[in-house]
Order: sequence, then C-alpha cells, then structure tokens
Amino acid sequence: MSEVHAQTVAYVRDTMLPEESPPITEAGAVKWLRDNLFSSWLNALLTIASLFIIYWVLSHILGWIVYGIWDADSLTECRAIRDSLYGEGANVACWAVLGDRWEQLLFGFYPPQVYWRPVAALLVFFLAVAPVMFQRAPKQLLYLTAAAPFLCYWLLWGGSIWGPVLVAAGFGIGYAVLKFATPVIGNLGGMIATVLVPLIYWVVLVGPLAGALDNILPIGIRSIASNQFGGFMLALVIGISGIVMSLPLGILLALGRQSDLFIINKFSVIFIEVIRGVPLIVWLFTASLLLNYFLPPGTSFDLMLRVIIMVTLFASAYMAEVIRGGLAALPRGQYEGADSLGLDYWQSMRLIILPQALKISIPGIVNTFIGLFKDTTLVVFIGLLDPIGLSNSIRATTDWNGIYWELFIFIGLCFFVCCFAMSRYSQFLERKLATDRR
Amino acid sequence: MNKSVFLGTLAVAGLAAGIASAQSTLEQVQSRGALNCGVTTGLTGFAAPDASGEWQGFDVAVCRAVAAAVLGDASAVEFVPTTGQTRFTALSSGEIDMLARNTTWTFSRDTDLAFEFVGVNYYDGQGFMAPRELGVSSALELDGATVCIQTGTTTELNLADFFASNNMSYEPVPIETNAEAQQQYLAGACDVYTTDASGLAATRATFEDPSAHVILPEIISKEPLGPLVRHGDNEWGDIVRWTLNGLIAAEEYGITSANVGELAAGTENPEVNRILGTEGDLGAMIGLDADWMQRAIAAVGNYGEIFEGNIGESTPIGLARGLNAQWTDGGLLYAPPFR
Repeated sequence: MSEVHAQTVAYVRDTMLPEESPPITEAGAVKWLRDNLFSSWLNALLTIASLFIIYWVLSHILGWIVYGIWDADSLTECRAIRDSLYGEGANVACWAVLGDRWEQLLFGFYPPQVYWRPVAALLVFFLAVAPVMFQRAPKQLLYLTAAAPFLCYWLLWGGSIWGPVLVAAGFGIGYAVLKFATPVIGNLGGMIATVLVPLIYWVVLVGPLAGALDNILPIGIRSIASNQFGGFMLALVIGISGIVMSLPLGILLALGRQSDLFIINKFSVIFIEVIRGVPLIVWLFTASLLLNYFLPPGTSFDLMLRVIIMVTLFASAYMAEVIRGGLAALPRGQYEGADSLGLDYWQSMRLIILPQALKISIPGIVNTFIGLFKDTTLVVFIGLLDPIGLSNSIRATTDWNGIYWELFIFIGLCFFVCCFAMSRYSQFLERKLATDRR
Repeated sequence: MNKSVFLGTLAVAGLAAGIASAQSTLEQVQSRGALNCGVTTGLTGFAAPDASGEWQGFDVAVCRAVAAAVLGDASAVEFVPTTGQTRFTALSSGEIDMLARNTTWTFSRDTDLAFEFVGVNYYDGQGFMAPRELGVSSALELDGATVCIQTGTTTELNLADFFASNNMSYEPVPIETNAEAQQQYLAGACDVYTTDASGLAATRATFEDPSAHVILPEIISKEPLGPLVRHGDNEWGDIVRWTLNGLIAAEEYGITSANVGELAAGTENPEVNRILGTEGDLGAMIGLDADWMQRAIAAVGNYGEIFEGNIGESTPIGLARGLNAQWTDGGLLYAPPFR
C-alpha cells in the first residue's frame, strides 16, 4: 500500500498538525462584527448610517453634559465662567443649579437640621420590606415590618410619640378581639367586632389618650407640617404609601369582584369601574378642591393625606383588575382542589389560590406600581411642590430663571433609578418563582 | 344606613361650619398665630422660594406686611402655593386668608366669584417681545406672525381681540408654562412671545443676549394685579386694604424701613403720625393696635423699597416704575388719606 502511495503522492504527512486558531475573520470580535453588523452590503450600509446618527447625537449631547459647569451661584455667573473657559456662547450645561438646589429638589422645604429623619425613614422602609422581598433576610426583621408604618410616620411628621404608638395599639386590640371574642360570639360577630372595636377606639379614645399620655410623659421630636414636604421626598411618600396600601386593597377588591355575595360583589364592581373610569387628575382636583366645600372651614384635613388616599384608591382599582387577571388564569381545578381538601374560603385563598394568582400577576403589579409612582408628579397641578413643581419654583428665582433641561434631566434620572430598580426586582422575583412551565 | 351616616356627617359638618364661621378671619388668624397666604408656585420677582426655602418676592412682601401688622411677626406666614386652577377655590373655601398671586382684578372675579380686591399692587399689561433681527418696531406690524401664547389665560383672549380689532391675522403656538415659552421662543418656534410686560422683562433678562430682543411699545390690555380676600368679612378686607395703602402712602411720605423707628417718635407731619400710630387711633378702628403700620413698614419696607428690592431696576428683572410710580411722579399709585 505504502509503495503505491509512494508512487502516486510525492509527500505524505505522518504527524498531526497542531490545532490552529480559526482565521481572524471567523472568530472573536471580527466574526461578531461580520455576523451582526456587516453580514451583507445593505446591513453594512445601515450600520454605518446608524453609527453616524449615534455619533451625531452624542457629539451634540456629550459635550454639553461633560463640559457642564458645576460651580456657580446663578445662571449669569455660569455663563461668565463658561465664556472664560470655553469662549463666548459655547453650548454647555449649567449643573450648578443642582449643586445649589439639590437639597430642595430632594427634601422640599423640610428643615435642613432634620434631613436625617426622612433618610432614616427611608432606611427603615428598606429594612422593613427586606424580609418580605428576600427570603435570605433575617426573619426577625418582620417585627420591624409591623412597626415600620408607625415609625416612618413618626420620623417624617414628628410630634409626640404617643399618637403613633396608640394607633398601633389599635391593631393589637383588634387582634385581641379576634382571638378572644370570636369563640364567644361566633365567626361573623367576631369579624364585625374586630373591625368596629378598633375603629371606635381610634376615633374616640386615641386623641384624648395621646394628649393625656403626652402630659404625663412627653416624648417627642420636632413636629413638621405637611406643607414643608416637597421635592422627591414628597413623590416617595405619596408613591410608597400608595404602593404599600394599594396592594392589599387591590387584593380585597379583586376577591370581592369574584365573590358570590351580592353586595360585596356589586360594591367592588362599582368601586373599581368608577375609580378607574375617571382620570387621576380629576380625583386629585376632587381631593384638593371639592372636599374643601364639604369640610367645615378651618378644619385642616391635610391636603397631602387627601392626595395619598386618592392615589391609593386609584391604584387599588387598577391593582384589583391586574390581580383578577391572575385569578382568572388559574385553572378551575385549583379552586376545586382547595375545596376537596376541606379548606374554608380564606384558607384556600391564602394557601392555594393567591400565591399562584399573585405570581402570575407580578409583571402587571409592578407595572401598576411604576405607573403610580410616576403619576405622583400630577400633584403639581394642585399646587403641591413635587420635583416638577419645585423645578418651576426654582426657575422663578432671578438666579436660575432660564435654566431648563438640567432640572428635568436630574428629575428624570431620580425617577429612572427608582423605576428601574422596581423593574429589576420584579424580574428577579419572576425568575425565583419560576417553578413550573419551563 | 350608609346614606343616613353620610347625611348625618354633612349635617355635623354644616353645623361646625356655622360655628367656625362665627369667628372672624382676624380672630382665626390671631388664634392660629399664622397668616395663610396664597401665592403662585413660582413667578420671577413676584413669588419664589429661595435656596433655603424662604419665600421671596413682590407679592410675598404683601403677605409679610399683613402678617407683621396683624401678628407682629413678618415670618408668621404659611405660604400656600396655588396654581391658576386652585387659587380661587383655596380662597373661597377658607384654606387661605388672602390671595396675593398676581391676579388680575376683573368684573366677574370681583362680583360673580364673590371676592374683594382690596387694591392694586402692580399695574401690568400685555406686551410683545420679538427678536431685534425681525425688524419690527410696533405690534401693528405683526400681521401674519406666529405667536407663542400661554393657553387658558386672559392673555389668549386679549391677543385675539387685539389682532381682530386691527384686522390682522396670526398663528398661535400654544404653550403651557413660561419656561417652555422661553425655550420655544429661543428655538424660533414663534416670531413673537406675548405675556404680561413684567413677565416679558423677566424672561428677556435671562437671555444670553438680551439686547438682541425688543419689547414692543404697545401694551394691549389692562392687568391691574392685586391682593384679594373673600366676600363676607369686610373687617378683614379693610385690614389687608389699608396695609397695602399704608405701604404705598409710606413711600409718598418718605417713611422707609430704615427711618420708621426714628419717625415713630413723632414728626411734624400729622399724616405720618397717624400712619405710624403716634397720633389718632386708626389702628383701633380696624381692630389692631396703634403700631400696626410701623411693624409692617419695618418688616418689608415701603412700596418703593419692595419694588426696588424685588423687580426694580437694580434687580436682573429691571422693571421701570412706569404706571407703578406715585401719583406725584406721574404714576397711578394714589393711596387715600389716612384720616
């Protein structure tokens, strides 16, 4: 055989060639470029055109952003500095307005000496939601979660500590009634008493009791009125309160809409349709203007509280429909399975139906949260100074009149950070809970 | 049951309203220890919070003067920012005690909305601003121009009236806020920008090159801006009216924040003495003490000082006194006698 070979072929390699890396056009960045950007002459053309557009946009914006001036006391000074640095009429940003007013944009008119309080409240909020949001967080934090609403309220508005403590005690009373009165007066009676007793306690007793306790043992921090709130803090307070309260309310409404009990069902349907069918701005005007005529003059039913209530109700109507979508997506067998296990209504909801329905609804729920958070900027129309409102006030001072994009960019960034974080968390949650269907 | 609870609540609310309104506005302000004063959410020179959150401005000074007169403390003011939509409801519902929000005194606002304009603290009028290179020197040459105009204001109606009565046509570019208008105008989206002359001056002052823009000489509307109160409490209206008049009169008689303490010791001029409470008992007639006007002037200065400090020629806004000069200087400011 080898002889034949020797005659027909001049040379036979009898060792293996070492492995070589693929040609440069078939590997690495070049291959990626060829595959993705220059795979045909049309694609190449489009790529170049796109690159040019990106370059054109960036060349106009980047310089404006990067060369922006950070240290000045007014727009006029900004322009003087710019003229000396880059020559007359160069187009650069004047970020100095943020340096001058960032505290106002974040905290509104909150007294600067106590800026630590809203910051602390935000930290408490993060710690309080940690055990709810992440399984790895220590479970002891759940006690903080229960206390957080009252603690945050106290930190933000200040005043005597007894008010929040006594209001919180109302929930304890409600629990005690549920625990001890239900065996005596039966389920329905117990349920009604659980709602009524704390309500009566809150309305009748808390005020005088708090006053009395404050006289005996005055513990408190400086009280801050709602009209001092502003800026991004206002957006966060309204947004977070709305988010935290609208989820449970939305779940109840969604269950109510599916309920067989006539009154509860119709109430839920009417509530959802009416609240959802009217624009939020109309509800805000109702809260700020119409309610004033019904309340006796002189009663100051806090405007911010009114806004929070309206935003919460509005978001909960949306939330209810999102969750109803999740409930409807569950196969009938899940409900029947729960029944066949002998679970009562609340048990089956808590253990079988809602965990699945909520999991399906996560993208919709977070979508509603993000929408609600951004909708807080609408309060500018009723004269509350949220970031957008403050940007208007800042432009109204002679120092900064004429500033435009810088403020909007800063506000936009703040909102983006919050909304993007919410979006990432929802994706994390979806991946974590993806136990089936994959 | 729900209905009866609702009606019951309404009845209680009504009853409480009856009781509460038995208290006069002055008593309410004094027992509260603070004056609730409605201002704009921000208008250059007239009202805006500074970096430390203190409200400053021409309208703000009126609030402070009233607070100084009534409560003895110019900082005892709760400023309530109001928008164009919320201002009148805030006043009529009692959320604020007075409104000092560059509001034009018109027939229907004074009568139909049941308010009491207590005077005029700034005589404004609608004007036009155009780039110098457009080469117009009069608003009558604006036929066919595109005009940036804030929607939903009286300026919009005035503009339509002016062009119609002069048989000219225009194309409106509707905009929402003054800041947006500046951007649109500078970007060339419109040939001319129209708003109140004070606003035009403030806007032009912020431009890179103010001299490249001219404010046309025509003023096409009357905009008397002044503080207002609710109908139904004339004593309170009197206090606000005469505080404003006092500021104007103080300028006329040369009382300033610097010399008010000295003049309060007594002067040759009986009118000055009556304003400052060293002669007569004018303060008691409006339910205040004798020093009410002293405190107001000491706190914010007289009308001229307020004007110069906030919008006058020494500020970037640089408004001339014009119609807002004293009647002795050919303006319209004419405080009735303190007697």
